[in-house]
Amino acid sequence: MTLHTAIHKSFVLERVYPHAPARLFNAFKDPAKKARWFVGGEGFIVDGATWDFRVGGWERFKFRFGEKGPPMTNDTVFMEIVENQRIVFAYSMTIGGNPLSVSLTTVEFVAQDGGKKTLLRFSEHDTFLDGNDGLDSRREGTTGLLQSLANELEKFP
Amino acid sequence: MLQQSKLDSLFHALSDGTRRAMVERLITGPASVSELAEPFDVSLSAIVQHLQLLEECGLVKTAKEGRVRTVNLQPGALAAAEKWFQQHRERWERRLDRLGDLLDEEDEKETKPRRKS
Repeated sequence: MTLHTAIHKSFVLERVYPHAPARLFNAFKDPAKKARWFVGGEGFIVDGATWDFRVGGWERFKFRFGEKGPPMTNDTVFMEIVENQRIVFAYSMTIGGNPLSVSLTTVEFVAQDGGKKTLLRFSEHDTFLDGNDGLDSRREGTTGLLQSLANELEKFP
Repeated sequence: MLQQSKLDSLFHALSDGTRRAMVERLITGPASVSELAEPFDVSLSAIVQHLQLLEECGLVKTAKEGRVRTVNLQPGALAAAEKWFQQHRERWERRLDRLGDLLDEEDEKETKPRRKS
């Protein structure tokens, strides 16, 4: 019998930006802007992206780290949107066709300094998943996963 | 084999749910092999195989005292293990960096239209 486990991790990020909440919110809402910060980084290849920023809308990304990296997906569904104040979404990631994680995320935009600055509070709960088949048949997907992880770790030590 | 074979073996070790769970357990302190095996519905020999893999890549060390083999997490390896779970955090850290850069650039363009093309 193959044993399946799930590992749960949470984290919170807080950033203060010298911009009004509406500017930050708009960078999540406007696909042209979001494309510039959400997908990117060195060695990052985008194979497809769809945008649909509304409650119940799905945004789907296909990408790889490096030409030979395993295909990865990141599918997001928006659960709650309050203009300029908060966004709640869930997203799942796969790598080489295997489940990697499922996450629930809340982004809060808190005005500071009379609205000149914004505290962005990013709270996420991650469920990390192992593969969905036997150890041996998973090896192929795992090899790709390792390569991608190794690449990423070397890039961002 | 490969230059990054060390890294590969580390992440191969961590790519398996059972082994990750074993590492998670060892974060709380040393354990005997049978204690480690207890939560899992697999044979003891399967657990021993997992342990061998974890030991080969330097994540754990085992020591036999009498009839009991005790497993310890290696301190340096803990940071590497934690990296696995930090992937999402790091990905978002970099995204939020880029988000800030994007907005700063927009402001620069507005105030200095000729200097930024």
